[in-house]
Amino acid sequence: MADLHPDNPYAPERFPDRSKHVEFPEEAKKRFDWILTRYPNKEAALLPTLHLAQEVWGWISPETVHYVGELLDLSPATVFGVVSFYNMYNQKPVGKYHLQVCTNLSCMITRAYDIYDHLCEKLSVNPGQTTPDGLYTVTEVECLGSCGTAPVVQINNDYHENMSVETMDALLEKLK
Amino acid sequence: MEQIKVLLANIDKPNSTSIDTYTAGGGYEDARKALTTMKPDEVIQLVKDSELRGRGGAGFPTGNKWGFVPKNAPKPTWLLCNADESEPGTFKDRVIIEKDPHLLIEGMIIAAYAIGSNPMSYIYIRGEFHYGATVLDKALEEARDKGFLGKNVFGSGFDLDITVARGAGAYICGEETGLIESIEGHRGQPRVKPPFPAVVGAFGGPTVVQNVETLACVPLIVRNGAEWFKSFGTPKNTGPKLYCVSGNVKKPGVYEFPMGITIRELIYDHCGGITGDRKLKAVIPGGASAPMLTPDEIDIPLNFDALMKAGSMLGSAGIIVLDESVCIVDAVWRLAKFFAHESCGQCTPCREGTNWLESVLDRIERGEGRPQDADLLLDMSDNIGGKSLCALGDAAIGPVISSVRKFRDEYLHHIQHQSCLPGTTRYRRLDMPIAAH
Repeated sequence: MADLHPDNPYAPERFPDRSKHVEFPEEAKKRFDWILTRYPNKEAALLPTLHLAQEVWGWISPETVHYVGELLDLSPATVFGVVSFYNMYNQKPVGKYHLQVCTNLSCMITRAYDIYDHLCEKLSVNPGQTTPDGLYTVTEVECLGSCGTAPVVQINNDYHENMSVETMDALLEKLK
Repeated sequence: MEQIKVLLANIDKPNSTSIDTYTAGGGYEDARKALTTMKPDEVIQLVKDSELRGRGGAGFPTGNKWGFVPKNAPKPTWLLCNADESEPGTFKDRVIIEKDPHLLIEGMIIAAYAIGSNPMSYIYIRGEFHYGATVLDKALEEARDKGFLGKNVFGSGFDLDITVARGAGAYICGEETGLIESIEGHRGQPRVKPPFPAVVGAFGGPTVVQNVETLACVPLIVRNGAEWFKSFGTPKNTGPKLYCVSGNVKKPGVYEFPMGITIRELIYDHCGGITGDRKLKAVIPGGASAPMLTPDEIDIPLNFDALMKAGSMLGSAGIIVLDESVCIVDAVWRLAKFFAHESCGQCTPCREGTNWLESVLDRIERGEGRPQDADLLLDMSDNIGGKSLCALGDAAIGPVISSVRKFRDEYLHHIQHQSCLPGTTRYRRLDMPIAAH
């Protein structure tokens, strides 16, 4: 059978496992209630709720899509439409350290691709893949808005600026 | 020309993000002045008189935009701050957000009052600026604690609160209707204009979307007046301006000048010149969408009208400097890849065209270019430009058309010799797999 395109809606991993019970922990429920008070309707709370879900679980699974839909009275298709549109919502689990290398023009001409290629080779991963030990995921991202301190690598929520292959290696040593 | 510190007056103060530092320097007094001694229409007139133009990319006169908001609209009016800052080469709003957030908040209070905003307003900040969002959240808490946000601000009868709405990684959500769609919880696909957001925008009501730097100018205009603002720059191109310089310069960063410093002065007098003292090859003056300029065009002042006259644009003032070691085809390929990735997909000319631009440029880089490819790129650009719903398609063709026109020899070299011009570097490895968009 031919390989299904990763976005294929019929791919088995798109359907939620009904036996998995997914619910926000108490802290997150409180945050969610607060989020709802800041928007005029439930649909407008979708992006912040997905950010919250990703903070809790690290990625947006099919079960999460259905859960968020129930919370906001939105169909799973609507929720997934938003998840798949925006770059930052992870549709697959990511490693403990998500290494996002900017390779847009200003970073590219200050040698960002050297860092990106080096990471893929050193960790033996293809772009977007996670190392088998679950520690690192390497992705190439678009402009991070830090061009004055190029090259820039975003690791989880933090920007690491003025990077080079050497400083990247040194940083990896500390990220275990 | 000397650097100035008008918008960036506070960023080097210790504890610059604290409200106490801000109020010690006279902060929030301008909001008090506007809300308690001026009518909303007077504020709008003041901003019109200052000739302030939007600093997000389009350069639309801000006072006029506010003037389009109808009074007594049936649905609530919204002020949305555009902190999406995703144009490659641009990083100026980040400085204000991370180092002087109260300047932005005060600007929003005055703007919201002027347009008759409902009691809630949003700062749409790009999702990657996680630190910026935390700084803003803290600053907003401080403002609420002091009563500068909330009910009956300064006893004026005007209520306002602000929420930080984080984006999630989509350049197109910097487009004003894309931003509105995203705030509403949808895929950030832009809308047809008209109707313009000032008439029908977020949640059906009149909406003003304004860039961070534009809003940061507002308290200073209220404090010092329209004539003061016009004393910087030239007619219709007024005010202090933040310029972002990146790429092959010795001292990249954000620099503030009165609007109209020339590219030559900026690069050579203030940014230390080109890295390695190499020769300049090209300058992109206004973020990735701006058509490239050649070294003989660097005496053009960096303002809206002069750059437009020269066939380029000031845009977001993201100046990217390319030196003689950069392969133009490689650089334009990377920009084409960016636009293809960020196209929202609604309009066929953009969705298909940006992908075709990337793949033709990729083919040329791989040594499979055909003699008619340079003209093919121009022809494809013609099929995209002006034929889509928003400006992303027009932005995507800017670097392609300008580079084919001004650097045709590089394209021809690639086509004839299957390699970059001698002395230039291809920065990406052709054998690395590229992840799907």
